[in-house]
Parts: sequence; structure tokens; C-alpha cells
Amino acid sequence: MASAFPIEVKIFMKKRQNVIIKGTKEGLTLHLNDDCSFQELKDELDEKLSANERDHEKRPLIPVKLETGNRYLSEIQREELKSLVRQKKNLVVDEIESNVISKEEAEKTRRENEIISVARIIRSGQILEVQGDLLLFGDVNPGGKVIAGGNIFIMGALRGIAHAGCFGNKQAVIAASIMKPSQIRISDLINQTINRVRNDDNHEMECAYINHQEQIVVDRLQGLIHIRPDLTRLEGGR
Amino acid sequence: MGEAIVITSGKGGVGKTTTSANIGTALALQGKKVCLVDTDIGLRNLDVVMGLENRIIYDLVDVVEKRCKPHQALVKDKRFEDLLYLLPAAQTTDKSAVTPEQMKTLINDLKQDYDYIVIDCPAGIEQGYKNAVAGADKAIVVTTPEVSAVRDADRIIGLLEKEKDIEPPKLVINRIRNHMMKNGDMLDVDEITTHLSIELIGIVADDDEVIKASNHGEPIVLNPNNKASIAYRNIARRILGESIPLQPLEDQDKGVFTKLKRFFGAK
Repeated sequence: MASAFPIEVKIFMKKRQNVIIKGTKEGLTLHLNDDCSFQELKDELDEKLSANERDHEKRPLIPVKLETGNRYLSEIQREELKSLVRQKKNLVVDEIESNVISKEEAEKTRRENEIISVARIIRSGQILEVQGDLLLFGDVNPGGKVIAGGNIFIMGALRGIAHAGCFGNKQAVIAASIMKPSQIRISDLINQTINRVRNDDNHEMECAYINHQEQIVVDRLQGLIHIRPDLTRLEGGR
Repeated sequence: MGEAIVITSGKGGVGKTTTSANIGTALALQGKKVCLVDTDIGLRNLDVVMGLENRIIYDLVDVVEKRCKPHQALVKDKRFEDLLYLLPAAQTTDKSAVTPEQMKTLINDLKQDYDYIVIDCPAGIEQGYKNAVAGADKAIVVTTPEVSAVRDADRIIGLLEKEKDIEPPKLVINRIRNHMMKNGDMLDVDEITTHLSIELIGIVADDDEVIKASNHGEPIVLNPNNKASIAYRNIARRILGESIPLQPLEDQDKGVFTKLKRFFGAK
């Protein structure tokens, strides 16, 4: 009987749940153990969900959230889990949450959210391109071009071309101390003439954005507070 | 060990060659040993403006291709006692006859013997420009108060700033027509300098005498009383490190009435 002890331990280990199902107001959350192998996880998931399976075809789809803890899932593995859950009648994976992301993804997110500051004059024939937001201390001269995946803030004169949201972000804005661009582009819209919201001569500190009519317009910088509240990233404060 | 200054502009016809000839001559007038180098191979003019055309025996390409020694190709300006020389460009070939590396070697050789090497750059940003800037330590960008010239100057400044061996370029505004600037028909000096945001080293008024002098093969700086001449001399002195205020653009020879008015403090 002495030899039974390790076996018991083994059984105990095996009994440890790799998939824990919790019900919340939003739907189901599946906590997936991050210590076991992916195959074990899949097997148990399959088993657990099958056990719970009842025949109610008319029921609406229940959104399921997967929490994978510290397990990194590749795109293929994610799809595998999604299809596995989807096979179980009225369950559908709404979201997969993981504590870990790949270095590449982290780098990409960082680049896209970063404000890159540059102190330089962008002269005729020069192009400055950034993935995130651009903060330029200097001018963009005629014939020069600045391109950003996000917003463009120019602490000088914009006399050349500025292209904000170049990957398709229509929320992107372009702000400049002196707004005299030869061309403005936001996302896939291009403006050669500037549509100013106001018609006074006080052209200090202006910003360009896409309005509800899908047109690029230029307005006072202060207007951004209402038009793009998302520009504020500071939380709290006094 | 001297220093090499390239005179460039991007756009053609703004007065690079005239500026090179006059700055070079003005530096010689200040007692410096100067060598002018024309890099506009195939379209040389510096020799004509300097009045040295008929004394050319060898040219820059001959030197680079080792058909002669550098000193054999140098044309001495007899108006100056051993102070001013010209290395003419070849006329029969084109820009591709020389490489930037060869130019660099040549300019470095010349720097041993001269205080200043003034390099006249061809228009454009291609091979000729690359040759001209290859050996330079400093750069002077020439522009005129025209939008197109300023645009090209901006482009050239952008390119020069990428050259790590060249100091930040300085600006000469050439062919200023005072009455047009006053009326706002031409860009004014402030507008140009804020736009290009580089140091201004001189402004030169548009003057018929400059063209006349060039046609006679006598740089205008040799005439001590001309306004453009004084402007060029001032540029040379600023290159030598003196600080001289910019000359007023107003015409000096006003009527008696204006002088009287000024005397009484009225504008």
C-alpha cells in the first residue's frame, strides 16, 4: 500500500482543474490554467463544455470570455480555442484576455501610442514619417512633408504637406501654430484648399480634423476639447 | 591649412558664379590667398566673369585625370600679386567626368597652399552638386527674393545639413530690388531668413553695374564705390570673422530736400 501514495498524488494533480467556468453578468468567463500543456487544456475544455451541454437550440448566443493568464497564445491557437468553443452550440468567444503579449506586439503598440518629438525644420524635398503621434518643434516648409500614423502637432509653421492618421485613422488631427499648408491629408481624405470654420483673420494656433460631413476643416485649437475628447490621456489630476 | 567654401543655390541664374567671383576677389583684396574652383563642368563661366578665359591651358578634368599637375592648371589673376588663382572647369566633357572622391582629394591638396578655396557649384542637385560639396568645409547658399529661388534654396539647405563635414550653411540674398520689396511685390529679407532659418551673411542689391562688370571680365568688387561691391566686400569680411551690420538698402543719393528733412529729424 506504501506505493499507492505517489499514485494518489498523481491523481490529485490530474484532478486539478485546468478550466474553471464562471458566470458573470456579461456572460461566461473561462479561466484557463496556464501551467498545463495546450493539448491538455483543449481536451479539458472540450470535455467541460460537452458536460455542460444541454439541448436548447433556440437560446440566444452567450458571449464567452477566455482568460488565459500567463499563457501566450499564437494566432492559430486562438482560432483553435474559438472554434472549439463555437462548436458548443450557443457559446461564442467574445474576447480572449491574456496577461502576456509578444515583444513584437508590444513594440507595435508602443510605436502607435508614442508621441515622437522632433526638433527640426522639414525643408523642401524632405519627408518625416512616424508611426504614432508627431510633435514637431520647427516648421514644415513648402515642399516638405510630415506623415504620422496618429496626430500631428506642429509648434511652428505648417507650410508644406501634413498627413495624419495615414493608416486610416479618421479621428486624427493636425495642429499647428501657423496653419498655412499647401495640402492637408487625414486618413484617405485630401484637401488642397483650407476650409476654415471661422472667417476672421486671427489664424493663430489652429487644428484640422474630419467633421461629420466627412470633410477636412480647420478651426481654432480650443475646439478640439469638444471634438476629440480622446486626445486627453491624463487621468485624474487636480 | 585653408578652408573650402562652396557657393551653391539649387536654382540656376541666381548669381552663384558672380557671387563666387566677387567673394573670391574680395577675399584676395583682404590679402588672403584664394583659389577659385569652377565645378560647372561642361558649362563653365567663372573664367569669363573673371576675365581669365583666354589664359586657360589645362582644366579641372586634366588635373583629376593626372594629365597635368594642379599648379599647371591654375590660372593666375595678374591683377593680384600671387593671391588669386582660378582652377577652370573643362568645357568639352560633362559632370560625370569627375567623382566626389576625386574632388575631395583635389580640394584637400589645394587647401595646403591656399587660405580659401571658393568652389562655384553648378545648378541642380545631381552629380555636379555632389562633386562641388564633396570637399567643402563651409557652404554659402545664394538665393534671390523670388519664391522659386527660395524654395530651391530650402531644398539645398536640407541637403547640405545632411553633409556631416560641412558647417551649417550661410545665406546670401542676391538681386534685391528695394522698391519692389518695399511695395511687397517681392519677398523681403526678414521673410526669407525666417523661412530658411539659417544665418544671413549678406544682402546684395540688384545693380546694372554688376552685369556690366561681369561682361567685361572684371568682378564688381574691384570698383570700390559700387553698392553691390561694398556688399560683397562686407560678405568677405564676415567670412573672415568680422562682425559688420547689414547695409541699409535705401539709396544714399537722395535730393537736398530729403537730406534737409532728415537733418530736421523728419522721416
